[in-house]
Amino acid sequence: MTCSRRAFLKDTLGCSLASVLPLSAFTLLTRTEARAAVANSNVRWGFLVDTNKCVGCGMCVKACKNENEIPYDAPVTRTWVERYIVTKDGRTLADSPLGGRDGYTQREISEEDIEPEDIAKAFFVPKLCNQCDNPACVQVCPVGATYKTDDGVVLVDREWCIGCGYCIMACPYGVRFFHPVHKVAEKCNFCYHRITKGLDPACVQSCAFGARRLANLRDPDDPVTQIITTERVAVLKDEYGTKPNVFYLGLDANVR
Amino acid sequence: MKRHVLHPLWVAIGLVGVIFIARQFLVPDDFGVHGDSFTYNYYRLSNVQEWKDFEIKYRGRDSCRECHADNVRAHRRAPHKRVECENCHGPSGNHPDDVEFLPLNKERSMCLRCHADLDYPNTARADLPAIVDRRHKRGRECVECHNPHDPREDVS
Repeated sequence: MTCSRRAFLKDTLGCSLASVLPLSAFTLLTRTEARAAVANSNVRWGFLVDTNKCVGCGMCVKACKNENEIPYDAPVTRTWVERYIVTKDGRTLADSPLGGRDGYTQREISEEDIEPEDIAKAFFVPKLCNQCDNPACVQVCPVGATYKTDDGVVLVDREWCIGCGYCIMACPYGVRFFHPVHKVAEKCNFCYHRITKGLDPACVQSCAFGARRLANLRDPDDPVTQIITTERVAVLKDEYGTKPNVFYLGLDANVR
Repeated sequence: MKRHVLHPLWVAIGLVGVIFIARQFLVPDDFGVHGDSFTYNYYRLSNVQEWKDFEIKYRGRDSCRECHADNVRAHRRAPHKRVECENCHGPSGNHPDDVEFLPLNKERSMCLRCHADLDYPNTARADLPAIVDRRHKRGRECVECHNPHDPREDVS
């Protein structure tokens, strides 16, 4: 194979130009811009639920609904408390009437009264948005109306949401619902307006038993973060790969 | 190329152009990728501030203390100290500017949230003093006898 000098230079120039064209589509970031793009926050919000401490009073649900203007009598809520009863003959019963808003004051569960001597174990499990690292609800949004902030909270843009409901179907935890007034998708956001001002979320503040606690996962000195990193905690539905940021102490295998 | 091929092609290209121009006007300037992931960080940036500006309703015990220091101090010494004021008195919001009186809830059902005997073993609930609703002073309000701020005291 022969190649004249003219042809060689011509091809070289052509190839260089052709390769420069797609490269020009990339933008070069300054060092500060690059740092801002990956981590412009030393805050990453997490949450710890200690199911051993929960007594099922439902004050958290009440406070959440009032704080976040969720219609009080509508059967939707950003956070809820589930009651589980495992009987000695191996049955598991669970209920959450109105999300546990009025607390659990009756022994009857799903219109069934289990005798105390038949109960192997009974417990309450508070649930809320897991603010996943890989949120399925955000992946499916067709319009970019829901997103993850740099401090790790998943928010819904009420102006931009078209109310298609994909995210409500996608969330494996059933956390999302349709807001009856604003007609958009709605979810727990750890009370973003409170935590960004140094306050606890409404549910955490109203919990008299310390069953709910907020953590800054980027702060190794945060006492709640230390519990999450050093004690035996579990997350819900780990097998979905969503990487939840709500951690549970004393989570039972019967909890779904 | 034949006209019947070219004409629809020009229409299609024109439509794409119209969409691009319309997008310039309809999509806010701050809409885009703000972060390291196109999948999770594609959003309207000003919405973050909109959520931060949401109104706070539960202002907490420290806010109550500013005016009701004596009550907060007395409550702090009682077994009910871990119960926030607003759990029973209602969210303070912009009290006392707009909301002069808070919606105080002193119903029996309020107390039963924690103090109804469910007879569940191994729950924190079992450690709380509890009554069986249908056996203990039916139809009476708890606060007729028990001081809700300090339940060790009887109401005289």
